Amino acid sequence: MKILVVDDEMDVKSLFEQKFRKEIRGGVFEFSFAFSGEEALGYLAEHSSEVVMILSDINMPGMSGIELLKSIRADFPSAPPQVMMITAYGDSQNHDQAMQLGADDFLTKPVNFIELKEKLLLVK
Amino acid sequence: MDYFLVSFFLLEHIRKTLHTKEKMPYWHQRIEYAKYISYIMVAAFFISDSASWFSWIGNAFLALLVFTAYKNDDFYDVRGIVLSIIPFIVVSFVRDLARIVTPSFYDDYSNYFSAIRSFAFVLCFIIWLFAQRQLKELQKEREERQREEREIKAQKESLEYLVAERTHELTLQKEELQKAIEELKSTQNQLIQSEKMASLGELTAGIAHEIQNPLNFVNNFSEVSVELCQELEEEIEKTEISSEDKEYIRGIISDLSQNQEKITHHGKRADSIVKGMLQHSRASSGNKEEVDVNALADEYMRLAYHGLRAKNKEFNAALTTDFDETIGKVNVLPQDLGRVFLNLFTNAFYAVAEKKKTLSESNQETDYRPEVKISTKKFADKLYIRVSDNGTGMPEHVKAKIFQPFFTTKPTGQGTGLGLSMSYDIITNGHGGTLDVDTVPGEKTEFRITIPV
Repeated sequence: MKILVVDDEMDVKSLFEQKFRKEIRGGVFEFSFAFSGEEALGYLAEHSSEVVMILSDINMPGMSGIELLKSIRADFPSAPPQVMMITAYGDSQNHDQAMQLGADDFLTKPVNFIELKEKLLLVK
Repeated sequence: MDYFLVSFFLLEHIRKTLHTKEKMPYWHQRIEYAKYISYIMVAAFFISDSASWFSWIGNAFLALLVFTAYKNDDFYDVRGIVLSIIPFIVVSFVRDLARIVTPSFYDDYSNYFSAIRSFAFVLCFIIWLFAQRQLKELQKEREERQREEREIKAQKESLEYLVAERTHELTLQKEELQKAIEELKSTQNQLIQSEKMASLGELTAGIAHEIQNPLNFVNNFSEVSVELCQELEEEIEKTEISSEDKEYIRGIISDLSQNQEKITHHGKRADSIVKGMLQHSRASSGNKEEVDVNALADEYMRLAYHGLRAKNKEFNAALTTDFDETIGKVNVLPQDLGRVFLNLFTNAFYAVAEKKKTLSESNQETDYRPEVKISTKKFADKLYIRVSDNGTGMPEHVKAKIFQPFFTTKPTGQGTGLGLSMSYDIITNGHGGTLDVDTVPGEKTEFRITIPV
């Protein structure tokens, strides 16, 4: 399963790679990383059919996670990937907006990786 | 007879006009004598059966009167009247002289002499009458002037009274204004302070958020590193290294793992502090929960105590608790009630610390033992909480204002004046309870919380 992680923090990449080391090695998950909303959209344009799951931060410089979600839902209506929003601001306003725009799930930071792993395995 | 009339009226006139009785007793005496003389003259006139020689005495007497009055400055004011009788004297004298020197001539013209003499006599009285009238007018004018002066004086007095009154009013107003300015200044200081506090709160929230992200990485990476260490240990088993080396490597891995766990542990600690900061900066935090109020009160009592101890190492106070253990868990807003406890305890410790300071400054530090007490009681579906101290207490005017926002007795910078008003809000609006205070100035203060459960 191909998962695209969108976050402006570079270290997210190594964190995910280490946290899901076994799954990556076993070929269960395949992670790609984008460090901004714009980059994520560019990646999706090239690999639209491959990506099954998108994990996106909301608070990012430039295009925010919410805007990215809007664009994804507008650009890829035929093969919609699952989108999971992750944010440090766990307030209801952010949550409601994300869910209204068609997010599949909503997680707050700090991310509980055990819970995330279970959710990802369920998707598969 | 005419001599008597002239002299009598002249003397009377002088006596009245000059008020000789009061003003010149010496002359008054003389005038009285002169009057007696004129009476005697009248008597003599009738006794002597109007002898012709008599008129010489009359002439001499009148001339003496005129001379005396004219010579003495004391009679300056009546000189006009005195002079007015001169024609009469002169005419009388000429007549008498004529009678002696040329009796025939006199006999021929005696009618003329009598007429002229009568005319002079009447003239005396006419002048006297005018003088009298003039005098009356003068008198009137003088009285008028005196009345006016009295009026002016009265007006002046009332004006002075008014001025004094206004001055007093102005002074009072000035004092009030000065007081108002002072109050405004202190309010302004308090506003600035609370504004600082508010921006500090926002800053705290911002800082907490900014720290949260890197802290998450620290925690996540350290956790993952622990997992990596475990993996590494498993991998070591698969290799063909001598068991001695394996043991050595395992030792290092174990240390590494422990270090990572420590990083995780302390990271979590920092995380909970950041979370606390975030919660504290939030206005009201959420939902009612089942909470052990005794434990909550105890926790915040210690927190407030150590908070003050951190600032003032010498501070010491006895903490007395009297908890009703049957309360169990009660449905309250734990964060908010915690704030109320923190405020009440902070104030209580402040009050005892202030009292101790005052006593030691005035060298009266006998055996004052600062004490802060908390007691709880559940009775008839109500929870009663009392926070009392044996500190400075409060005078009535302070007590009346303590629940008002921005009211504080602490020096600027040490209190925002929002603690008790917020506490009041939390207890009354947040829990539907009451917050009362009982105090004796200089001795104690007791806050009573009553919450329906």
